[in-house]
Amino acid sequence: MASMIGSKVERKEDKKFLTGKGRYTADINLHNQLHAVFIRSPHARAEIKSIDTLKAKKASGVVDVLVGKDMQDDKIGGLIAGWKIVSKDGTDMKCPAHPPLATDSVNYVGDHIGLVVAETLQEAKDAADLVKVDYRVLKAVASTAEAMNSDVIHDGIEKNLCFDWELGDKAKTDEAFSNADKVVEMDILNNRLVPNAMEPRASIGDYNSSSEELTLYTTSQNPHLSRLVMSAFNAVHPEHKFRVIAPDVGGGFGSKIYPYSEDVIIAWAAKKLQRPVKWVCERTESFLSDCHGRDHITKCSLALKKDGIVTGLKVDTIANLGGYASLFATVTPTYLYGPLVLGLYNIPTAYCNVKAVYTNTAPVDAYRGAGRPEATYLIERIMDKAAKELGMDRADFRKKNFIRQFPHQQCLVHNIDSGDYDAHFDKALNLADYTGFEKRKAESAAKGKLRGIGFSTYIEACGIAPSAAVMSLGAGVGLWESAEIRFNPTGNVSVFTGTHSHGQSHDTTFAQIVADKLGVLMENIELVHGDTDKGPFGMGTYGSRSLAVGGTAIAKACDKIIEKGKAVAAKMLEANVDEIEFKDGEFIVPNTNKKKTIGEIAFACYLPGTYGEIKSPLPEGMEPGLKETAFYDPVNFSFPAGSHICEVEVDPATGETKVDTYTCVDDFGNLINPMIVEGQIHGGLAQGIGQALYENAYYDETGQLVTASYMDYCMPRADNFPEFRIDYTCTPATSNPLGVKGCGEAGAIASPPAVMNAVVDAIGTEVTMPATAQKVWKALKEKSKSAKKAA
Amino acid sequence: MKQFNFHEAKSVKEAVKFSSKNSAFLSGGQTLIPSMKLRLSSFSDIINIKNIKDLKGIKVSGKSVKIGAVAKHAEVASSKDVQKAIPALSSLAGGIGDMQVRNKGTLGGSIANNDPSACYPSACIALNAIIYTSNRKIEAKKFFKGMFETALKKDELVTAVEFSIPEKSSYVKIPNPASRYALVGVFLAKYKKDIICAVTGAQPVVYRSEEIEKALHNNFSPESLDDLNLVTEDMNADIHASADYRASLVVSAAQKAVAHCK
Repeated sequence: MASMIGSKVERKEDKKFLTGKGRYTADINLHNQLHAVFIRSPHARAEIKSIDTLKAKKASGVVDVLVGKDMQDDKIGGLIAGWKIVSKDGTDMKCPAHPPLATDSVNYVGDHIGLVVAETLQEAKDAADLVKVDYRVLKAVASTAEAMNSDVIHDGIEKNLCFDWELGDKAKTDEAFSNADKVVEMDILNNRLVPNAMEPRASIGDYNSSSEELTLYTTSQNPHLSRLVMSAFNAVHPEHKFRVIAPDVGGGFGSKIYPYSEDVIIAWAAKKLQRPVKWVCERTESFLSDCHGRDHITKCSLALKKDGIVTGLKVDTIANLGGYASLFATVTPTYLYGPLVLGLYNIPTAYCNVKAVYTNTAPVDAYRGAGRPEATYLIERIMDKAAKELGMDRADFRKKNFIRQFPHQQCLVHNIDSGDYDAHFDKALNLADYTGFEKRKAESAAKGKLRGIGFSTYIEACGIAPSAAVMSLGAGVGLWESAEIRFNPTGNVSVFTGTHSHGQSHDTTFAQIVADKLGVLMENIELVHGDTDKGPFGMGTYGSRSLAVGGTAIAKACDKIIEKGKAVAAKMLEANVDEIEFKDGEFIVPNTNKKKTIGEIAFACYLPGTYGEIKSPLPEGMEPGLKETAFYDPVNFSFPAGSHICEVEVDPATGETKVDTYTCVDDFGNLINPMIVEGQIHGGLAQGIGQALYENAYYDETGQLVTASYMDYCMPRADNFPEFRIDYTCTPATSNPLGVKGCGEAGAIASPPAVMNAVVDAIGTEVTMPATAQKVWKALKEKSKSAKKAA
Repeated sequence: MKQFNFHEAKSVKEAVKFSSKNSAFLSGGQTLIPSMKLRLSSFSDIINIKNIKDLKGIKVSGKSVKIGAVAKHAEVASSKDVQKAIPALSSLAGGIGDMQVRNKGTLGGSIANNDPSACYPSACIALNAIIYTSNRKIEAKKFFKGMFETALKKDELVTAVEFSIPEKSSYVKIPNPASRYALVGVFLAKYKKDIICAVTGAQPVVYRSEEIEKALHNNFSPESLDDLNLVTEDMNADIHASADYRASLVVSAAQKAVAHCK
């Protein structure tokens, strides 16, 4: 049997998804089910003076209208921030109370006021119109830049500041800057994004009053953690009688990692009303209430020697948390961000300060890349600017500063185990025909177009994460992963993982690992995930962790199966256990014809004795059955890296930017399924290019989300992209036995600076993301105005 | 969506009979249905007109192209007769929305709705269209009154649109990047003596750009518009395009339209 690792196996999940047979939460309907609609705040900031639900409660089909006080009476707890950040003055971060249904105040448009539950969705919607909320509208704080100088949103949280965090050696970095030959400074804006998973969020609560079990079907990337949080902090229901099922989930990009107010409310409502309650989010509701991503304002500066060696980096960031601190909101702009600002360069000292602020906007949390795109964007943009100011070739300048010795202890946090940055950059330069760029630029100019080229040589930290390390930094959970391999008596295999697949193709990739390890055919392997009642506790899917951490747990469980199998085979083949070798699904005694297939061994494990022709006694004292569980806690993060090169053509008449070519060469370590990896790159690039050129969640000064539908929020389409040129290099990770590094976020991390460096190169002036046609047109107009003035 | 009565009209007469103060005609439903689903609008009665035979069909004569009100954008786009007679009109229809929208949305629905960023109104103006309704004929220039406002009475139904065939024409849309409606759209039609430049998307309602027409009368070339600065006063402004950007896009679109006029 050929190795399954590295093979472009077709996706096992394609058949159901491509034929419309996926079973999403919205597809599930339970007997006697009620429908729920949320009453949401139309104001960004207001006090709730009163809520009048009387009329709504009397409306046709209405079963109940629930408000914050009802939750308080039932002692349902608020939402939490799961990662404690300590400010530079030693004080803990400041988080406001975050009741699932607001009681006293609302803090963003879309904040939760109440829940109308009725026999039909129509009746629930009609009744929702009858709920009268008396608000005292207050001046909203909508600007990230102005948040610290604005009205205090949450009592006791001065300057709207959650924390003022620092990383790195300030004195040493100041010294590097005072000794620098040149200092380059830059203002960076990282735009706010709406995650826009194809499937909007949904929840169905179902309480069984006989068994006292509560089941919540929900769109989660992380059902075990959701159950834990809802049990331990929200006190919805005890964990052992609480089942969370995340069936097929249509994309998450981070926005479905954590339980939302809606999950807590729907689970509680189902228990309270003793009937199933279903809620399905609508698209604009999703724009308003899903956690958003990014939203940083940064000042950074680079200290340089004349010869182009970088000697120091300073980063000063304001990160917008939105109205409340969501579950992973506080780690995203700190430990997932600060350590990565160094990029893949050998920078001897750096200092990073992050001030996280509250504003009257939707909460901001992890979104594909989470912190690492923000870090990569600033370092790659300022590296470009520095090269131009030094008059150096931007490729040469980068190479001059690459890390070349591994393992490499960075000056901030990470110890990078492996990499070869010249290898992927050289390959990418070659693939993109960098030397032919000037010719292409001239050709574009002849057509009246402006052509630019941009690089992004990036690194990220994936395989999240070593539990001891992250817990010492404030994480409220360890980030290990679990797996269980369950051989059935007939020889097929059920594989349980604590990760969750919502587009990542785990059914295929993980089956490939098991097929390769155990020599079982792909079609005889079934991956089970997304149900807390099936399989062991796990930590879900995000941070490009599932393969590096979850895949390794599966590989370890396979090793345990093989180990037990060897002992059983030795008994059956009358050999010493040390003699047994396992290869391609067979236990053999070398140099003999004695062998047993793994299927025969599994069968024996379930029929441990002699019965007619069956002769399968187990070794003395051995437990019957063939099922192994493994937990894996990684020893380090993994560090994917790569080089992306983008060429754009700008039409100066309209300002429109066309991505003409896009080349990427990534080092993800070993690849299990290159076709699936390619799909991940495509998706990541679409989101990253989307951030660079199109997407922007825009709040006006009153805190209204202006871009709350696809009429105004620009999602990129297929025709916005060229055919991507994709290639790889490989330095296997040393932190996990599979040698894999993770690929899910790389495209979204690497591409924004590659595109923006190309745009700025083309137009010769700065522009912020997204570089929309209008902005580019205005930037060009300004540039020509100031050129005229200068002349 | 709120509850409503649904009527299937078999003839124009029947459709008019069903109509009331609080009714709406349903053609392709590409605007009506989403706005009802979002509860932005609701009606007591919905009258389905898309199966009325008299409202279907495309007829091309020597001088004009007459298209039934319920002709779908996809039909207009793929009609060999339209492609031959007024290629710009079929290309306009082929650029509306996406394939799903084009397979549902209709000409009559589009002009009756008169969205300021819809494509068809510009074709009606530039091609001196006559709009046939259930009880009269209206010249295009008298039909489009204001933003989402037309000369139609509540119980009046568009039945067909007759476009005159110019010597040459061309339609250039610069789409809103998000919605892909026209941020601006320029329909340019050249007749023996006349040049009409109809602009959609740029102002609250479709209009003729006299500035562009004048410049092109002197010299029908893209270059003749090079130094043209349009008045920005009446231009729409939103997050996607400020008034001055829109004005500049109108010129860019007009230049492309001249270059591709055929």
